[in-house]
Amino acid sequence: MKVKEKRNLILSIVAVLLCCLYLFILESDSVVHSYAITIIERSCIYAVAAVSMNLIIGFTGQFSLGTAGFMCIGAYITGVLTIPVEMRDQIFYLYGMASWLHDIKLPLIVTLILCAVVCAGIAALIGWPVLRLKSDYLAIATLGFSEIIRAIFGWDGLGKITNASYGVSNIPEFKSIFECVIISAVCIVIMILLVNSSYGRAFKAIRDDDVAAEAMGINLFRTKQLSFVVTSAFAGVAGGLLAVYMRSAVTSTFTVALTYNILLMVVLGGIGSISGSILGAFIVTGSQEWLRFLDREYTWSELIPGIGNTGFGAMNVPLLRNGFRMVVFSLLLMLVVLFWNHGLTGSKEITWDRLINGAKKLMRSKKEKAVSEAE
Amino acid sequence: MISYLLQQLLNGLSLGGAYALIAIGYTMVYGILRMINFAHGDEFMMAGYFMIFSLAVFPWYFAIPFVILCTIVLGVVIERIAYKPLRSAPRMSVMISAIGISYLLQNLANYLFTAMPQSYPQIDILKHVYTFGNISVSRVTIIAPVLTIVLTFLLIMLVNHTKLGMAMRACSKDQETARIMGIKVDNIITTTFVIGCGLAAVGSILYFTDRNTVQPYSGSLPGLKCFVAAVIGGIGNIQGAVIGGFIVGICQIVITAMGYSVFSDAFTFALLVLILIFRPSGLFGEKAVQKV
Repeated sequence: MKVKEKRNLILSIVAVLLCCLYLFILESDSVVHSYAITIIERSCIYAVAAVSMNLIIGFTGQFSLGTAGFMCIGAYITGVLTIPVEMRDQIFYLYGMASWLHDIKLPLIVTLILCAVVCAGIAALIGWPVLRLKSDYLAIATLGFSEIIRAIFGWDGLGKITNASYGVSNIPEFKSIFECVIISAVCIVIMILLVNSSYGRAFKAIRDDDVAAEAMGINLFRTKQLSFVVTSAFAGVAGGLLAVYMRSAVTSTFTVALTYNILLMVVLGGIGSISGSILGAFIVTGSQEWLRFLDREYTWSELIPGIGNTGFGAMNVPLLRNGFRMVVFSLLLMLVVLFWNHGLTGSKEITWDRLINGAKKLMRSKKEKAVSEAE
Repeated sequence: MISYLLQQLLNGLSLGGAYALIAIGYTMVYGILRMINFAHGDEFMMAGYFMIFSLAVFPWYFAIPFVILCTIVLGVVIERIAYKPLRSAPRMSVMISAIGISYLLQNLANYLFTAMPQSYPQIDILKHVYTFGNISVSRVTIIAPVLTIVLTFLLIMLVNHTKLGMAMRACSKDQETARIMGIKVDNIITTTFVIGCGLAAVGSILYFTDRNTVQPYSGSLPGLKCFVAAVIGGIGNIQGAVIGGFIVGICQIVITAMGYSVFSDAFTFALLVLILIFRPSGLFGEKAVQKV
């Protein structure tokens, strides 16, 4: 057993070092690799959001759809507190920024912690009435709450603080890719530690059978509340990071569609698996970029080389048109839900043991195939 | 002042009528399948698009039944593809499937009809404007609440006094026992979707005639609001859903008229939370006994 543990530790360290090396290569020439950098940053941010959503949906079994709302709070807090002081009058030209807020500028880390604290506080307040509801009602109530948040941030009355529907722009970007990746990694590690603690076991007990969990002495309401608060806090951090990544915070980003998008990552990765959610975030974000060609109109000659630009070659490829990418994605979500409802990893985590066993099995089956073919 | 109030009240009744018709779909499906049909709002949006295209081809008296038919087909296909395979799956899977369908319909509409708001065709017979003193009312504003009440009355007669209605009530009480009694549960569920979608199509005609444009996301928020209306009335209760629809519609118009249009949606959800805390079974619902 010891040998295996040692091997896994070494493998993990090597993997982390390789990732760091890759990031260093990207960072050393950030202009050339800017495309890869944006995809990685985006994936990391969504990974935080997806893992936080998985905490409440997958581990606690409470179907909460308030992620976009909390991300909205986080994004606006980060936006308002980090834009350079000298640009504020220009951005808030319509409403004028509130004077008490005008000169407060905080470093990114402090702002993100503030996001987490504020979102946790709001979640605790909302959780008190909302978490008494059962599955479907909880979903609708949290979805509605996320719309309420959006309405409040877009309200003229708060224009002096949030710039209403115009949103906050010119947020300073990440200093380097490491800033984004490390903050995301720290968030995810904290959530992993939580899931593996006694609190995490209480979450899972509630998910599996809430009546039995209560009988075992778990305080149902307080445990659900804790899960909801932590989920919301990290959703807030993810929102803050997203604002920095996009360099702006506008209410129209944080619609229900954003929540659905994150839900797609969680479902695709496997409900109840943290590594699955991270994988899901990377796959969905990455393929949304790579499949961008689906949104463009092509003629056949552009796709298949060697066909002349006349006749068949000049015809447009059917279906490819603006919006087709998202249709493909929603079909993908449906296929996963209907035919493959465990997602990529099921509720199990991806571990070195599983990977190595899988690889061994693959090798063996190939060998057997080769042997049988030879015979 | 009084004429202004009266005008707003009429608008509220008209909107409430459309909401009530959609809320019936939610309440019936929830009553039988115990799931929120998240796609219902988007079926209603699709009905809006169907109307645009069918009115371009047919005169209105053919177009309206055609739209209702198309919406029913859409709803039944969705039920067969996305909900039927998951009958025995955990509730969360069914809910995710419903969300997935809603997402798919929105993206499909976005792809097929572009994100630009399309102008809803004016049906002359509905748009005729009456003027009483300071109040001007289009015919649809008067038709909406009346039609809603007539349709609800017919539906309640169907549910309470026919064999089909008895089978529906049996299914919503206990599907297993209903099946033992020889009721074809799947057919009853399909019938429920047929009724729900048909009413949603009528509701969509009433709703969009007053609003003039359709866009891919114009179904999602009204859909959620109508579910709230169904919850307010007591889920599974048809009269309750209708009254809930009128409450939500009138509240929305009143709040908008007071100048807080930003918060009209927020108010609906606040109402939901209040109802669920103080009367979890809704205004007219039966008290559910929690079994362990």
